[in-house]
Amino acid sequence: MTVAATTLDCRGMPCPRPIIELARHLTDVEPGAVLGVASDDPAARHDVPAWCRLRQQEYAGEETAPDGVPVYLVRRLS
Amino acid sequence: MIYPAVYLDAASAEPLHPAARDVLAAGVERGYADPRRLHGPGRDARLLLDNAREVVAASLGVRRDEVLFTTSGTAAVHAGLLGLAPSTNSAVVTTAVEHQSVLDAASWAGLPVRSVEVDATGRADAGSVAAATRAGRTGLVVVQQANHEVGTVQPVDEIAAGLDGVPLLVDACASMGRLPLPAAWTAVAGSARKWGGPGGVGVLVVRRTARWRYPFPAPDPTERTDHGFTHVPGALAAAAALQAVVAERDDVGARQRELIDLVRARVVAIPDVDLVGDPVERLPHLVTFSCLYVDGEALVTELDRRGFGIASGSACAVDTREPSRVLGAMGALTHGNVRLSLTRDATREDVERLLDVLPGVVSDLRAEVAL
Repeated sequence: MTVAATTLDCRGMPCPRPIIELARHLTDVEPGAVLGVASDDPAARHDVPAWCRLRQQEYAGEETAPDGVPVYLVRRLS
Repeated sequence: MIYPAVYLDAASAEPLHPAARDVLAAGVERGYADPRRLHGPGRDARLLLDNAREVVAASLGVRRDEVLFTTSGTAAVHAGLLGLAPSTNSAVVTTAVEHQSVLDAASWAGLPVRSVEVDATGRADAGSVAAATRAGRTGLVVVQQANHEVGTVQPVDEIAAGLDGVPLLVDACASMGRLPLPAAWTAVAGSARKWGGPGGVGVLVVRRTARWRYPFPAPDPTERTDHGFTHVPGALAAAAALQAVVAERDDVGARQRELIDLVRARVVAIPDVDLVGDPVERLPHLVTFSCLYVDGEALVTELDRRGFGIASGSACAVDTREPSRVLGAMGALTHGNVRLSLTRDATREDVERLLDVLPGVVSDLRAEVAL
């Protein structure tokens, strides 16, 4: 199981806010570490992987927070 | 009311074709009566309606008695799907990027759906469609000729060749008139306002040999009739527009293709833009791209303020939280999305004006969120 070093709480934020937060905070984790994005915005399911493709980072899958909200995992490559 | 100075949303509705204007007026004047009546005005309306059917048939290369008029492209898809699907025991096989009308009709009828994934350009693989039809009982395959959001053309002929007798409904709502019909199909649906006909008119072409039944309340469902009372002036104007669009399609299509190539070339120079759809196997007049970190609604509003009427598939721009299924299925960025589609008389100047303002609009919107 992939473990996020830090998870951003983007609950309640409409698109594209979760992606903006992701871009701002990826450098909060070390290269090789994983940043989680907790988001209940349905667009995030598509946009987190698409952001990883555009920004050459690794999309590391999806988990579920205890409150049922999806957490999208991004491994910082650079 | 002030209309956008440059209208770049022909894929939602093309302005009425000049060839249809007089015809529409004449149709309103002379085609008001019930075409089934035996009096003079009824005969006039019947003549105009027969003529409309004949012209649509000739423009599409099909038989006159295969052409049915509906009240919209959506209604044509509904009538095609519901009229061809044999029973709720067999599935509808379709792709992940079809128009909502396909899913709605299947779900309304309680038909199970097997959906085939698409690649990053939005294309479904013919072998995967064939495999999906063999994966269980299949009553019908529904595939669009070209995608309404990203323009990618599906390999319909190849798909048709692998179906082993399962009926095929082609949704040609985005492409009818702009592309020749595919070779093999059971029924085809089209939407007049997307080729420059009036709104409120759709076309459903059903092969004579097809086992299609009229799927709505009717005394005799085996009778092939239009959907509801036919809008005679609308059908006539739609036919005139289709005839004109087919006649000019090589010239207009080539010009539009060149302008879209220009947009594609210039848009990729804007940082962090996801250019979507097949660059070559596509509708001639349409391009879609998504701008990272930009709110689609803000982008459309700002472009409108500057005189450009453009559509967006982003959730925030279409008053729903759900992002575009099409963009999602392709793995494309769903926010900050713009769909630009050219009218038949769009000019290079129109397009260049947009391309000149677009980078600034995008960077201003990004600056607002400090990115």
